Amino acid sequence: MQNYYQKEIETASPEQIRAWQDERLVKTVHHVWDNVEFYRKRMEEAGVTPNDIQGVKDLHKLPFITKDDLRECYPYGLLATDLNNCVRIHSTSGTTGKRVVAFYTQNDIDLWDDCCARAIVAAGGTEEDVVQVCYGYGLFTGGAGLDGGSHKMGALTLPMSSGNTDRQLMFMTDLGATILCCTPSYASYLAECVVERGLKDQIKLKSGIFGAEAWTEEMRHDIEDKLGIKAFDIYGLTEISGPGVAFECSEQTGMHINEDHFIAEIINPVTGEVLPDGEKGELVFTSITKEAFPLLRYRTRDIAVLTRKKCSCGRTHVKMSKPMGRSDDMLIVKGVNVFPSQIEMVLLNNGLTSNYQIIVDRKGHTDSIEIRVEMSPDFFTDKLSELTAKEKDIVSDLKSVLGIYAVVRIVEPKSIERSEGKAIRVIDRRNLYQN
Amino acid sequence: MTIKQVSVFAENRSGGILDVIQALGSAQVDIRALSVADTQGFGILRLIVDNVDRAKAVLTENGTIFSITDVVGVKVPDCPGGLAQVLTLMADHEINVEYLYAFVSVSGSSAYVVLRVQDNDEAIRILTEGGIELVTEDEIQAL
Repeated sequence: MQNYYQKEIETASPEQIRAWQDERLVKTVHHVWDNVEFYRKRMEEAGVTPNDIQGVKDLHKLPFITKDDLRECYPYGLLATDLNNCVRIHSTSGTTGKRVVAFYTQNDIDLWDDCCARAIVAAGGTEEDVVQVCYGYGLFTGGAGLDGGSHKMGALTLPMSSGNTDRQLMFMTDLGATILCCTPSYASYLAECVVERGLKDQIKLKSGIFGAEAWTEEMRHDIEDKLGIKAFDIYGLTEISGPGVAFECSEQTGMHINEDHFIAEIINPVTGEVLPDGEKGELVFTSITKEAFPLLRYRTRDIAVLTRKKCSCGRTHVKMSKPMGRSDDMLIVKGVNVFPSQIEMVLLNNGLTSNYQIIVDRKGHTDSIEIRVEMSPDFFTDKLSELTAKEKDIVSDLKSVLGIYAVVRIVEPKSIERSEGKAIRVIDRRNLYQN
Repeated sequence: MTIKQVSVFAENRSGGILDVIQALGSAQVDIRALSVADTQGFGILRLIVDNVDRAKAVLTENGTIFSITDVVGVKVPDCPGGLAQVLTLMADHEINVEYLYAFVSVSGSSAYVVLRVQDNDEAIRILTEGGIELVTEDEIQAL
């Protein structure tokens, strides 16, 4: 039996969904035109007025917005309502200097909670469930999103936040948690602990909702086996709201995008051309129900495929694949966004060159990041103490810029592999993306 | 009166130092003294050679990272307590010795030791006043 949180919406006809999208898109375009100077300017530059946008068919006329735009507009540049109407702020993880902050009105929060509630119900959640949320609470959207969704659909919420595995396992067993929400790597770690400590027959988990980082089918099966649950994927990003932009259903073959709130497009990341359903490209979202922080055609940099095949769960909203990679060079390490350019800046500031390589690996369940950089004449000294002190400075600069610890290895000149004369920047040994 | 030391960066891997030594050898550069300081990841090879210019040329050609540092070469009486005499002078004048190492082999009544200090001139003045003989570049070449 299928359960839905909002059946009429989740199983609405494609025509109905399109009608909602047409109406809400037009409204949102007028809303930003009237309230956000940035959008007005961008649209004028593109020669578009709100009257040119009559529905989804005209969406392609609007200019894209990127993460750089969001950084430039920090903090209030994209706010589309009076700050007094806002009740919450969230922020993205680990970026250089200016972070991206997103604003929410109470209505924005309510609709976001609905999206997460749909995800929990799709994972088999009911009012009788105990939902253990071990995403971080705070500026990160993970904790707040699933917490809100769990409240909304009426389950008993265990607001654990991240870390403290002993306490997680104690409450999981003592309070009989039935649905686990966290990052897949943490789920995998918890699963390992459950097996090691022989707790499997003491836990009551039936399903898990795991997102905020890439994970493989292999990892899914491993977690499912070890915990005896069904593991569901969830997708979202702070810029668009947070987790719950899309979620997996019982079919486990992709994530339904909440199309009554978000319009998804797939574009060619190089040309910006909109691609038909079924083609692989960069995922672009337009939020059409947000009051405080609506984004028109936001480029996620995630590479994915959209499919509209009929789903056995009865939901009619379009499905997106797991992200298959990035159209920029961003890495997600330990759940934190890492750009090679940030690393390069630290190295150059410390007297090294841009001949470096980032090696990301996952040992057990923990991501590690190592930066190999070639020694430069400017950096070199014959004093070992000075060299090790300089090396430590780099490690601490990286920690403050990236927010995570990185191992630094200084290597001999010309020892980093080159491709067409340029050092190969990133080696990701985690094999996170399946194609 | 200082002598020139060649300091070379080497990664901590098998053959790391060999590359440098081979390059110097094939250029007929003779090594008079050497020491290695290392961490987990890398090492610094410090060399006193008979021909610094030739060493510079071959290392540059080899793409090696190196620097030339002025260090103090002292002649230490080759008897028990000989080195202590030199170090006492340094300690008494609060001169911090960053590192030191001995020459590979020197016959005769003196052993040669390389001292790396912050202020060469000050160290040289103190050593000379303390009756310690210094090693000259000419002597190194003549070894």
